[in-house]
Amino acid sequence: MAAMMTFTRLSDEEKYERFMQRIEAGEKIEADDWMPDEYRTALIKLIAMHAVSEIMGALPEKEWVPKAPSLRRKLGIMAKVQDEMGHGQLLLRVAEDLMAPLGKTREDILEDLLNERLKFHNVFHMAAPTWADAGLIGWLVDGAAIMTQTNMLDASYGPYARALKRICAEEVFHAQHGESIILALAEGTKEQKEMLQEALNRWWEALLMFFGPPTADTTGTSKQDITIKYRIRTKTNEQLRQDFFTKYVPRIWALGLKIPDETMHFDKEKGQWIYRQPDWERFKEIIRNNGPKSQERLELRRTAYKQNAWVREALGAVRTAG
Amino acid sequence: MERRDSAMSKTQVHFHPDGQEALVELLFQLADDDFLLAYRGSEWLGLAPHIEEDIAFSSISQDTMGHAAMYYQLLEDLGCGSADELAHARPAAARRNAVLLERVNGPGHYLREPRYDWAFTVVRQYFYTQAKRIRLESLTKRVYTPLAEVAAKIQVELHYHLLHWHTWFVQLTNAPGEARTRMTKAIQDVAADFAGVLTLGAKGADMVRWGLIDDEKVLTERTIAALAPAFAEVGLDWPMPFGMKHGNGRNGEHTPDLDEALATLSEVYRAVPHAVW
Repeated sequence: MAAMMTFTRLSDEEKYERFMQRIEAGEKIEADDWMPDEYRTALIKLIAMHAVSEIMGALPEKEWVPKAPSLRRKLGIMAKVQDEMGHGQLLLRVAEDLMAPLGKTREDILEDLLNERLKFHNVFHMAAPTWADAGLIGWLVDGAAIMTQTNMLDASYGPYARALKRICAEEVFHAQHGESIILALAEGTKEQKEMLQEALNRWWEALLMFFGPPTADTTGTSKQDITIKYRIRTKTNEQLRQDFFTKYVPRIWALGLKIPDETMHFDKEKGQWIYRQPDWERFKEIIRNNGPKSQERLELRRTAYKQNAWVREALGAVRTAG
Repeated sequence: MERRDSAMSKTQVHFHPDGQEALVELLFQLADDDFLLAYRGSEWLGLAPHIEEDIAFSSISQDTMGHAAMYYQLLEDLGCGSADELAHARPAAARRNAVLLERVNGPGHYLREPRYDWAFTVVRQYFYTQAKRIRLESLTKRVYTPLAEVAAKIQVELHYHLLHWHTWFVQLTNAPGEARTRMTKAIQDVAADFAGVLTLGAKGADMVRWGLIDDEKVLTERTIAALAPAFAEVGLDWPMPFGMKHGNGRNGEHTPDLDEALATLSEVYRAVPHAVW
């Protein structure tokens, strides 16, 4: 109590200094702790975007849930998409606590998504026209997600770090589920192999974009500096992209697939992968909800939201009466 | 190729040759019922009234799909073909599911303008789960051990499904205004086809004679007795009599909704013949 009294008497600069000392010492910040507005805002943006990306991320794969080609695959992909919704729910809870002092709730996040004030991850704006796309999302998109999320497992914000721990554990299963679909296709008939190569061609650029632009110069904005300063993450976008190449490029080649970038190679002297930059202008367009499937998928959620309005109303009435 | 090999490699468990036809018929009813309803459930993914429900409903649909897979496996073990083939490749006329379970979730398509009806879904799931529970109770006490064992396993999960749908059923029906109107309409709609769930079809008498399951009259009485308290809770009259408005699925009568469902659920399966997925 005495310590708290002393803390409240500190100036904002002193509070900030203490806060930075805590995170630099590797301490975890909890929901009720004092935090600078910049930190809170960065976290809300990051976590709300992560949450809605999980929810929107369920949609490209959802297209393939009823169509999965065997009982085993049907069960596998149902469980996988359900997990993604579960991650969305978990992250919304984390974001809600951060937003509470601002008088905002989960409804605000979901409405911001539908009204296009909140962006979702670039990969989930892309089309998934074949079963191979469903496999590739599991294998490489979830594989990429594991890399970016592992990078934040030690995030200074405790509730997010703990949520990510659970999410990452499940993502590992998803990557295995995706890999299993991919292996069946890679070892399958000529048509199946072609289907797989076409899916890789379609997804390659989106996978490069997944990690974000290398510097703020590329797109005008980048949150990576703030998130690194506050120890929310450790590696830069480019370091993560290089890690992704190191893990997956040899595997992709080993399956007999061609990466749609003839410049792709590992430069031993520089110790890094050389690759063709994706079109970052296109990236900006995609995350502004002008990607190939952005509007269609948002519309799907809007329709469901409108369609179920009476259910929310009824539940509200039950709660008030209770 | 793998599909055929796996069908051959399994140990085939035979029933008395004269009773096998009735057993196979019963297994197709059980398998197709769960398979089609799980499929309709999977179309709801990402569209449920709220995120918590999306997760819970998806879990129930997975369980239900798992139950179908177990029944198809029993059929595979009896030498009827591979489980995947039975689930994906049989034409509508060979399907034995109740018509109620194949009916669409509402207007629209799961990828375009899905104007799905949550009231219909809740009532269909609740009624079906009650009937399924009564049927399983009967199956666990019956002569064909592989089926009795599967039924006992499924029963454990069903307890939670029933709790879930009962909660929705009572909450929404007791809510004032639009919710009660929609639920009352959905009850009428489901009741109009519910006799199709309760019937054992043309071979029902044989199933009973071979000791596979109780008589459908007994099962129906028990199901009604199980549903009755919920109707008292919501203060509504019993929606009798139950009908088979859109046909008797047990005898292979189906609606265009089933054709559309089969085309979608087997689209990839049929895309490359003899492929392993």
